[in-house]
Amino acid sequence: MNMTSLRKAHLFIAAKLCVLVVGMFGFGYLMVPIYDVLCDITGLNGKPSMEASAAPTAEMMEQEQREITVEFVSVINSGAAWTFKPTQRTMKVTPGKTYQTSYLVTNLAQRAAVGQAVPSVAPSSAAKYFNKIECFCFNRQDFEAGSTKDLPLVFFVEPDLPRSIDTITLSYTYFDIGEQGASVPDS
Amino acid sequence: MSTATAEHHDHDDHGPAKGWTRWLYTTNHKDIGTLYLLFALVMFFIGGGMALIIRAELFQPGLQLVDPLFFNSMTTMHALVMIFGVVMPAFVGLANWMIPMMIGGPDMALPRLNNWSFWIMPFAFLLLLSTLFMEGGGPAGGWTLYAPLSLQGGDSFAFVIFSIHFMGISSVMGSINIVATIFNMRAPGMTLMKMPLFVWTWLITAYLLIAVIPVLAGAVTMLLTDRYFGTSFFSAAGGGDPVMYQHIFWFFGHPEVYILILPAFGIISSIIPTFARKPLFGYASMVYATASIAFLSFIVWAHHMFTVGMPLAGEMFFMFATMMISVPTGVKVFNWIATMWRGSMTFETPMLFAVGFLVMFTIGGLSGLMLAITPADIQYHDTYFVVAHFHYVLVPGAIYSIMAATYYWMPKWTGNMYDEKWGKIHFWVSTIFLNVLFFPMHFVGLAGMPRRIPDYSLQFADWNAVATIGAFGFGFSQLIFVYVVLKCMRGGEKATTEVWEGAEGLEWTVPSPAPYHTFEKPPVIN
Repeated sequence: MNMTSLRKAHLFIAAKLCVLVVGMFGFGYLMVPIYDVLCDITGLNGKPSMEASAAPTAEMMEQEQREITVEFVSVINSGAAWTFKPTQRTMKVTPGKTYQTSYLVTNLAQRAAVGQAVPSVAPSSAAKYFNKIECFCFNRQDFEAGSTKDLPLVFFVEPDLPRSIDTITLSYTYFDIGEQGASVPDS
Repeated sequence: MSTATAEHHDHDDHGPAKGWTRWLYTTNHKDIGTLYLLFALVMFFIGGGMALIIRAELFQPGLQLVDPLFFNSMTTMHALVMIFGVVMPAFVGLANWMIPMMIGGPDMALPRLNNWSFWIMPFAFLLLLSTLFMEGGGPAGGWTLYAPLSLQGGDSFAFVIFSIHFMGISSVMGSINIVATIFNMRAPGMTLMKMPLFVWTWLITAYLLIAVIPVLAGAVTMLLTDRYFGTSFFSAAGGGDPVMYQHIFWFFGHPEVYILILPAFGIISSIIPTFARKPLFGYASMVYATASIAFLSFIVWAHHMFTVGMPLAGEMFFMFATMMISVPTGVKVFNWIATMWRGSMTFETPMLFAVGFLVMFTIGGLSGLMLAITPADIQYHDTYFVVAHFHYVLVPGAIYSIMAATYYWMPKWTGNMYDEKWGKIHFWVSTIFLNVLFFPMHFVGLAGMPRRIPDYSLQFADWNAVATIGAFGFGFSQLIFVYVVLKCMRGGEKATTEVWEGAEGLEWTVPSPAPYHTFEKPPVIN
């Protein structure tokens, strides 16, 4: 091999590998939507759907006689000046029936603020059977300084819920996402 | 060592340039290899100093020496420095020195790129280390930089991310160079399946680096934009997910673990046959085992995350995939043992380090197998047992292989034999203190001591005191290594061309010290 063809061979390999480098950098970013879609489809990771679901059908309501426990947990994200509590700690529910409860939120800060709740379900395999017809987590809430809101939650558990699960824990983390009108979320 | 080389070859028409700019402008693979190795040695003492601060604080329960934030930034920086500043550059340095000589090529394929790859490194680490002196301190959320914790540190975080970008660019450029060298610069007759295993393992390592370093670059870029530009990749408030960071990170992180050990396998596969005076047992199976380890490394990442709440099926998959890695690794260990079987073994310093590697790396491998068992891992997760595990595979694994390689090839680099007596003393003192340091960590880990904490419960006090004594012993015994290296660079008994009686390979056909340019005419390979 003479010098110029050797040089060409080097550059050819280097160019191919650079394509691989760029591709893998892109793949890193591609993992974000792949991850979300996978969690959405499978309900892995305890990520419940963030869409409102339709009310249970009549067929669903009749199917089931057993009773399961739903526990309500509230977490305030670090440093945020709120109180955030479920009005009911636990509830006995029959799968297929619709229930209503609420969370109480108070903005303790001396300023107006916007809050956002993010739900999580444990055990994670129960996430896709837990349906919310109405949930405050679908929207952000605006608060005046020191104001309190009662945030409603309407849900039902699908009768297909595996028999091995008799307790579902619903946890909301409440995030302070800045002052009213602020568009950039502040983590 | 290269100054000695320079003087020795003044009569050479194409000798190195004079003055310090020689090192700045050099495109010679031997010079760049030397630079990488010396850089790694300096960083080894910086990272080691951090480890000693950690161990000094842990000598007793309670807070004595440093405040918890600084302690945490020490654990974080120790890991980043040791991984990216010591083990990886040292392996790249060895690759630079040895690969062209092993395959009968005159130099690396892309010498100018090679110069850049090295000279980025000191600046990357300057950036990283400078964060320790900034307001808010260095990164303190662990070397994995898990979101959201890593996003809550000081503003120096941007420096950490950019230094990781620079290290990544350096590694990727180095890897491209190595792949191009191996594919294009082999002497005629040096077929792929005749290449020494060190070349093979580096070829595979280079591909791993090219595949996963960009993923790390992507992950830290997401951290950067989350922190400073209002994106929400990992912020739950904005619809992101912190667990996703762990998936992306460990998709890089697990292949990275093999990047840190595959070249070591290549080094050990060169040294053991030399001192057993037998050819390597099962050469082809070694190549295939390396390739399968590399492949498996891509499908086991979530075993670092057994406690995040994965579904059972996922945990089972990652458990079995992880355990599967012990098959090709076992093939390697048994091949090395079979190579020694009925060999005429002698135990010069490189062989001592190689045998030490074999025994202690296997201990680390077996504790890794214990950690792979999902139900057990939930107990061991983030305890000192994990710390003991990865230090056993990294210190007597990666670091010992680098030291073995240094003792093994140093006569070829400098033309002088190192001081055998002090080499052996270095090995034995290091090995004793290393086990005093890391073995008790298994005990406190199984008893439940969490990692990354500056203070701990009284019940762990005794073994922590023992480990700290081991740490200082091990740390200071590395000064013996520096002494032996410096002494060898300055002079000593002249090395022969072959250096070792049983050594095979093209690097032992060039004179000692290796001339500044070797194999300008390709060697004949039968």
